[in-house]
Amino acid sequence: MMEVGLQHFLVVSAILFSLGIFGVVTRKNAVMVLMGIELILNAANINFIAFAKYGNFGFDGQLIALFVIVLAAAEAAIALAIVLNIYKNFATVNVDEINKLKE
Amino acid sequence: MNLYDFIFYFFAALTIVSAFFVVTTKNIIYAAFNLLLTFFGVAGIYVLLGADFLAIVQLIIYVGGILILMLFGVMLTNKITNVQIKTEASFVIPASIGVGLFAGVLIAILLKTEWRNSPADIPISTLVPIGKLLMEEWAFVFILLGVLLLIALIGAASIARKE
Repeated sequence: MMEVGLQHFLVVSAILFSLGIFGVVTRKNAVMVLMGIELILNAANINFIAFAKYGNFGFDGQLIALFVIVLAAAEAAIALAIVLNIYKNFATVNVDEINKLKE
Repeated sequence: MNLYDFIFYFFAALTIVSAFFVVTTKNIIYAAFNLLLTFFGVAGIYVLLGADFLAIVQLIIYVGGILILMLFGVMLTNKITNVQIKTEASFVIPASIGVGLFAGVLIAILLKTEWRNSPADIPISTLVPIGKLLMEEWAFVFILLGVLLLIALIGAASIARKE
């Protein structure tokens, strides 16, 4: 094994991103889809921080990762509120069964 | 193989294995707890990249906030008494093929590219430079994010409450 460098981090992030997409595509439960989105955001964050260190770009990458975490928190709050509303109206959160905009 | 590499492989394996269980397990509660391990592993990777502040933020916000929110979401949208905590998957085989191809191409590109490689010597604590940047260059974005978070939380509360 070679010494750990930028590419190791990028490969971990790529695998995490692919797993996230797999979760978003295959899962039926809306909460599980949200978990897939969180995985994707984490993969993007690893990329930002890895490039900030190995590209010697200062701390801007870390700051943008911080902003991404804030946006992820806001997104999770809104999305779960929507999921709760959907459950109230349809009594299910399986995304393939919800095919009406209005009852 | 020195200690840094060993710790990296440990956290990378932790992250990827638990993320794999998140997207494959049938039980949503198991998926949520595996997600905890994933976030923990990603925090470890942040520390290895010299981003100690972000690792702490990751632990506080993701593990302490978002994950609890998800567990509440699971709790409120499943009939606990009827043991309905299972979730099904659809299009598993086409999705595996597509995602596998995507990951293969992505990793091949990542390994082939000549990245700019001049590692910065990160200071012992990143807290001071990050604080300075937040208050000077990125102050506008910082304030904007505060407003956005406020709007998002008010919006979430007003969407979720009963009429």
